[in-house]
Amino acid sequence: MAEVTEEKVEVKVKEPKEPLFSKKNRKLLSDPLTDNNPITIQVLGICSALAITAQLKPSIVMAISVIFVLGIGNVVISLMRNIIPSKIRIIVQLVVVAALVIVVDQVLKAFAYTLSKELSVFIGLIITNCIIMGRFEAFALGNGPWKSFLDGIGNAAGYGVLLIIVAFFRELLGSGTLFGVEVFGNAIEKTGLYKYGYENNGFMVLAPMALITVGIIIWIQRSKNKALIEDH
Amino acid sequence: MAINTDKNSYTIIFAIAMVVVVGSLLAFTASSLKDKIAANKRTEKQQNILFAMGVTDTEDPSEFVPAEEAEELFNKYVGEDKYIITGSTAQKTEEAFNIEVKKENDKLKQDTNYQRKMPLFIGKKDGEEFYIVPMRGNGLWDAIWGYVSLDKEFKTVKGAFFDHKGETPGLGANIKEAYFRDDFIGESILDASGNYKGITVKKGNADPKNVDKTDNEVDAMAGATITGDGVTAMVKKGIKMYQPYFATLKK
Repeated sequence: MAEVTEEKVEVKVKEPKEPLFSKKNRKLLSDPLTDNNPITIQVLGICSALAITAQLKPSIVMAISVIFVLGIGNVVISLMRNIIPSKIRIIVQLVVVAALVIVVDQVLKAFAYTLSKELSVFIGLIITNCIIMGRFEAFALGNGPWKSFLDGIGNAAGYGVLLIIVAFFRELLGSGTLFGVEVFGNAIEKTGLYKYGYENNGFMVLAPMALITVGIIIWIQRSKNKALIEDH
Repeated sequence: MAINTDKNSYTIIFAIAMVVVVGSLLAFTASSLKDKIAANKRTEKQQNILFAMGVTDTEDPSEFVPAEEAEELFNKYVGEDKYIITGSTAQKTEEAFNIEVKKENDKLKQDTNYQRKMPLFIGKKDGEEFYIVPMRGNGLWDAIWGYVSLDKEFKTVKGAFFDHKGETPGLGANIKEAYFRDDFIGESILDASGNYKGITVKKGNADPKNVDKTDNEVDAMAGATITGDGVTAMVKKGIKMYQPYFATLKK
């Protein structure tokens, strides 16, 4: 009996609303991956994109962590959006994301210690990631929880995809490896490509080349889609 | 909703409530997980020490021994051989395991006359002795630490493990990687005439394959100069503190 009534209530609530994966909602998820990418278009989250893209593995770990934090954080802020005093909303956002990240970190430390060791460096980077505050401020404060959740996942994924692209080129050209596996042969033993005089570009490992790589991606994206070019 | 969220009184009440809620949430998580985290840290320390003396996972030598076996293996290889060194004297005690290099550093900072307590672990494996020295220093962003094991002549490094709190992933964080720490193995800490010199993490090393084990140098990591310098300083200072005691053993 109880189940039946519960179902009824749910149907009643949903009826006036749009379906969960309506076209508009799907766009929330897919837009940040392409035409509204947080890094190349909104230019958010650049700092961490520079810091951790020297290798693929940390980039992927960072992408997953941000998807997790931004998805949940957006929902929490969205649920609180009507009671947050506008004067201190930035502080509230900061407290929410910091508390969320610390709780997750503590739980991991207790139950998945090795994983938490891998992630420890990212904790600080996630809290200060401007993508998170940016989406709280621009989206979650004005939209419902479900939409905010999709927006959070979408933006974090868009950020993650770019991180992985940049890390792919930086690790490949800078260290000659992918996920630590030597692709071109061993640079010190001079095997594989290195036998023919190929050298790793040490500059790719440093932060400036991350910025230049992001710049090149922005250039390619805008030359393919002229609508993205801003007027001056 | 009909709350006037712009009122000052509301803002203040909201802020207070938020601090109380978040504060107690964090305090609750921290205190309820404290024991578990401490146990994990203890296991990690045992794994680190075993790793520095070459006791690793049987399947993958670049991994620690499994957490469940750490305690048992630690008792087998190190057992009671835990010492606290003060100056040139040693005292065999269980307490040595709980001595934190960081706290000793802090005590020394407050009181320059403080006689620091230095933990030393002696491991025995296949008839060989490993003198394992814990150390701590500074990287680029935050603390770095490690365990270096020496042979019984206190001349060459037999194994090393380094870890860090917040070095840049892919750059300074590479001090954890095998390619960096394994360069230390076999490296001499004494110069040609037998005086203590330490080991330098050197950029533009003429010996990138690390064939020359007597040059007191290992190859640096690309893009992580300051972390590398931190390791140099930590190793140099970390082992130097034990020299008065090692000198008494050599006699």
